[in-house]
Amino acid sequence: MLEQLSPATAAREVEKNLRRRWRPGEKFIESWIFLAGILTIVILLGIIALLLKEGLPIFLDTPPWEFFFGTKWYPVSDPPTFGIMPFFMATLWVTLVATAISVPVGVACAAYLSEVAPAEVREVVKPIIEILAGIPSVVMGFIGLMILSPLVQSTFNLNTGLSGLTAGIMLSLMSLPIIISVSEDALRAVPSDFRQAAYALGATRWETIWHVSIPGALSGITAAIMLGVGRAIGETMTVLMVAGGALAIPVSPTEPMMPMTAAIASGIGNAVRGGLQYQALFAIGLVLFVITLAVNLVADRVLERQKRKFTR
Amino acid sequence: MKARSISTRQLSQRAAFSLIIVATIIVVIPVLVIVLQIILNGAGAISWDFLTQAPSQAGKSGGILPAIVGTFYLMLGTIVFALPLGVMAGIYLTEYARDNWLTRLINLAIINLAGVPSIVYGLFGLGIFVLLFHFGMSLLSASLTLACQALAMTVTTSREAILAVPREYTEGSLAVGATRWQTIRHLVLPQALPGIITGAVLAMSRAAGETAPILVVGAAFLLPGLPKSPFEQFMALPYHLYTVAAHVPGMPKSTVWGVALVLLVVVLSFNVLATIIRLRTRQRRLNV
Repeated sequence: MLEQLSPATAAREVEKNLRRRWRPGEKFIESWIFLAGILTIVILLGIIALLLKEGLPIFLDTPPWEFFFGTKWYPVSDPPTFGIMPFFMATLWVTLVATAISVPVGVACAAYLSEVAPAEVREVVKPIIEILAGIPSVVMGFIGLMILSPLVQSTFNLNTGLSGLTAGIMLSLMSLPIIISVSEDALRAVPSDFRQAAYALGATRWETIWHVSIPGALSGITAAIMLGVGRAIGETMTVLMVAGGALAIPVSPTEPMMPMTAAIASGIGNAVRGGLQYQALFAIGLVLFVITLAVNLVADRVLERQKRKFTR
Repeated sequence: MKARSISTRQLSQRAAFSLIIVATIIVVIPVLVIVLQIILNGAGAISWDFLTQAPSQAGKSGGILPAIVGTFYLMLGTIVFALPLGVMAGIYLTEYARDNWLTRLINLAIINLAGVPSIVYGLFGLGIFVLLFHFGMSLLSASLTLACQALAMTVTTSREAILAVPREYTEGSLAVGATRWQTIRHLVLPQALPGIITGAVLAMSRAAGETAPILVVGAAFLLPGLPKSPFEQFMALPYHLYTVAAHVPGMPKSTVWGVALVLLVVVLSFNVLATIIRLRTRQRRLNV
């Protein structure tokens, strides 16, 4: 009878018997443990509630249509206008540049590290990628300011090196670690029997990677890419420092621009609490939150599917 | 199927391998360039005075002591809140939670908290801690804000560390009559401690480098002295770097690089510390 119980159920049975002795101290601690357990939900709901409470009132002044598709952001003119299209397009450009670089480079690097690289190379490269993941975003912004932007300026013959392109390149570096590590995990999860079978059919190592490993890990790699994109969209300091901060709608990545995160960071210091600009900035925060939430939820789903794929 | 000759296939393999090696080099080179540039350009600014004096002339001369101390206060303040709550949440998820909708919701919340942009945490801290709780623009508000951001990480690492404790230990303890809390307190937590500490050190490293949230909730550019209470404003290395790099005209270049170097050393040394703890624990486990 007893061996049919799962360990957790057995533990509960034992505990039920022990519960006869009253232990107020333990009950107290255990209730705190429960509260800590649900704290993450409380914080997430708190963020949602606050963004809604402070952000939604802007739509009483600026209709959603004008807010989302308006092309002018003049918070201090009279009357002020709050159109976030310039910020949205800037985020789009910067994320596009970052993704265009980090996805091919990151996936190729992951394929090399998990399928080809000898152990000694991996032991050197992996810590370097960990260092990259550890570099604070403000330091990346600083490097973009000092090293990359003069380079971009002279290469593309621009008036200023502070542009969406510069920010995108720095962001691509910052989203590489997560793309590489998640893709690598996905590639490693492909069972080695699959590769052995491909070799047995006469495939070369590369043909095996291209036709067996990568297709097998595709959903994990997709999740990796989405997490990288989420990272690029939410990054603040780097784009604040090197994207240029111009308020016009950017039509090319080489223009200076102001992504949504930078718009919040640079405006919030001057915004009067409860004023229209304050509300508008919280509404941008809400838009950012919804986008990153969607990206993360989908990435998580895709990742779960990948995990289940090869478990038998 | 039209069979291609072996040599063409070997050739395309060689080309493909070269490509992915080049990709790896493209990842590695910028990291080396960034770290080396910061060390080479910043080393000249580092002196005893730079590390132990308060700034003067809008940061153009003097040192950065208040920013260094402020960053350490911030790391401590963050971990004081995020570690106990994270460990308790980890205990709840591994030892108490059943497989029901609430647990799924908690896991969903953790995943999403980890992906919320840092500037949104800044808005949250501003709305909740600075304004609603009236903590003002202060060290306390900033610590609580960063703690909310670090929580997802401390919960996840605590949960992993507790899950790594062999199930037999726990069952053995319960079998000899220990209560669930006694088992956790005397058996599970000591076993999971190295993993928990590794996560905590990583969370502190991240808190040290975080800029966007503290920009919103209370970092100051220049303060005459160190904060004397958690309700005062504070200087911090990442915010100082942002300001001297982007907002102070005529800033001596070497000073800015120096600030970047100090920040990088603080952040990366905590990363290295976490790695050392992890490796030593693994070593000990292997020796047992």
